[in-house]
Amino acid sequence: MNDEPLVRIRGLSKRYARRAAGRSAAVDALAGVDLTIDRGTVVALVGQSGSGKSTLARCLAGQEEPTHGEIRFDGADVASLRGAALRAFREQVQLLFQDSAAALSPRLTATEIVSEPLEIRGLGAPAQRRGYAMELMETVGLPSAVADRRPLDLSGGQRQRLAIARALAVKPRLLILDEAFAGLDAPIQAQVAALLHELRLREGLTYLCISHDLARMSVFADEVAIMFEGRIVERAAAAQLFSAPQHPHTRALVAAVPAVPPLAS
Amino acid sequence: MPGLLEVKDLAVAYDTVGGPVWAAKDLTFDVEGGEVVGLLGESGCGKSTLLLAILGLLPPSARVVKGSIRFRGRDLLERPPSELRRVRGAEIAIVFQDPALALNPVRRVGAQVAEVVRAHRDQSPGRCRDDALSTLAEVGFNPPDRVYDAYPHELSGGQRQRVVLAQALACRPALLLADEPTASLDSTTQAEVLGLLASLQARLGLAVLMASHDLGALAAVARRVLVMYAGTLVETGTPAQVFGQPLHPYTRGLSLAYPRVAMRGGVRPP
Repeated sequence: MNDEPLVRIRGLSKRYARRAAGRSAAVDALAGVDLTIDRGTVVALVGQSGSGKSTLARCLAGQEEPTHGEIRFDGADVASLRGAALRAFREQVQLLFQDSAAALSPRLTATEIVSEPLEIRGLGAPAQRRGYAMELMETVGLPSAVADRRPLDLSGGQRQRLAIARALAVKPRLLILDEAFAGLDAPIQAQVAALLHELRLREGLTYLCISHDLARMSVFADEVAIMFEGRIVERAAAAQLFSAPQHPHTRALVAAVPAVPPLAS
Repeated sequence: MPGLLEVKDLAVAYDTVGGPVWAAKDLTFDVEGGEVVGLLGESGCGKSTLLLAILGLLPPSARVVKGSIRFRGRDLLERPPSELRRVRGAEIAIVFQDPALALNPVRRVGAQVAEVVRAHRDQSPGRCRDDALSTLAEVGFNPPDRVYDAYPHELSGGQRQRVVLAQALACRPALLLADEPTASLDSTTQAEVLGLLASLQARLGLAVLMASHDLGALAAVARRVLVMYAGTLVETGTPAQVFGQPLHPYTRGLSLAYPRVAMRGGVRPP
């Protein structure tokens, strides 16, 4: 077993140039982030809108180039990857977004959506790809009846399952869930969370979850990192974060979680 | 004393090619003056349709098939459009989920609050402006002058939702309808807006009917919760009753799915 964390981020910063009222001003979306993610764990990144969570996710997925700092994935410096190694990295890190209706092509059927990543990579014959897509859809709990439907004919929960199936098609090792539960009703959120939990155990996946919902993350994640103004200000096991929050911003987030009466058994 | 709002046997249907689809069936409930009532249900259960029916703003494809909606003792369904226009905004106001969509992006927000006052009160532009400024102060903009001249895009999501609240409250309505008012906000902003709603309710004696699928948001402000499922009310009670000892399987499922945190007296699911 490899002890090196799957992801090791050091001193990551990202500066965006911005023009405000005719003058140019820079925004530091990330201001020196250090973060490690161990294999097979679920780490949540919690913070308010604008705290830099999504920028960090995009840098990690290779969609943005950081201004400074280093990202190592499975020991390799991501910035130095080229050719086949870079393609392999992009397969191994997959993103899942909040709005599955916007993330999935409205013109493709469910099976086409799931098999497209394989087609792009020239893997398998068309019939094989369809068969594999059907298998994946079964894995995420989608009935075979939806195979030829398009995203807008599916419910929100079904669409999010479809997005998961597509992400899994290229056998990733890290899934970045960017507010993947937001916008779903609570019971559907719980179902999607249970599915992701099961997949993680079965496929040995690692998750980085991005959310502003501390309550949901405290149930779903092993550890929670609190992000504030481009930095990670605190990181702890979820229960500890609630019982003994250290940073003032963590305390504000904990205080914002509404108290819901406990369910009598 | 009769309730401020009394809905009785209300049925609303959408006409579709496949026949009528019932968005509300046999709805009976009331809201007293100054009371915060939560309306809990999943997307598509009929919450928004109910709120729109109260305001007489149903889309053309929907119709009230039967029932009555009494506000201050008079049935809103029997009042002419001109009279409803006077009620809407002045006596009953509504805020929606997405404040970015509710505001005109190319007009300053202060003018958009003053416009509500102008529509209902026969007074000078200067006095409309003063009323708008004092309402903006009430929803937490202190001093309100700066935000008055801001455009919606210059404000954060929480600030925009407070502007929308100011629009709703500018004419001192007795009843505020709120359709998922915090769903598009992040958790700390959500807590801030809920806190503001609670304080406005207490200060102004405002009655609020708030639709949401979020138990947490309703538990934070509602004195009573109505649970809506597939167009019908399946259960009603205090938050402690509805979330703690749910009677209906649907409510039980909702309560079970809510992530509770150990420290705050809830239970953490396994």
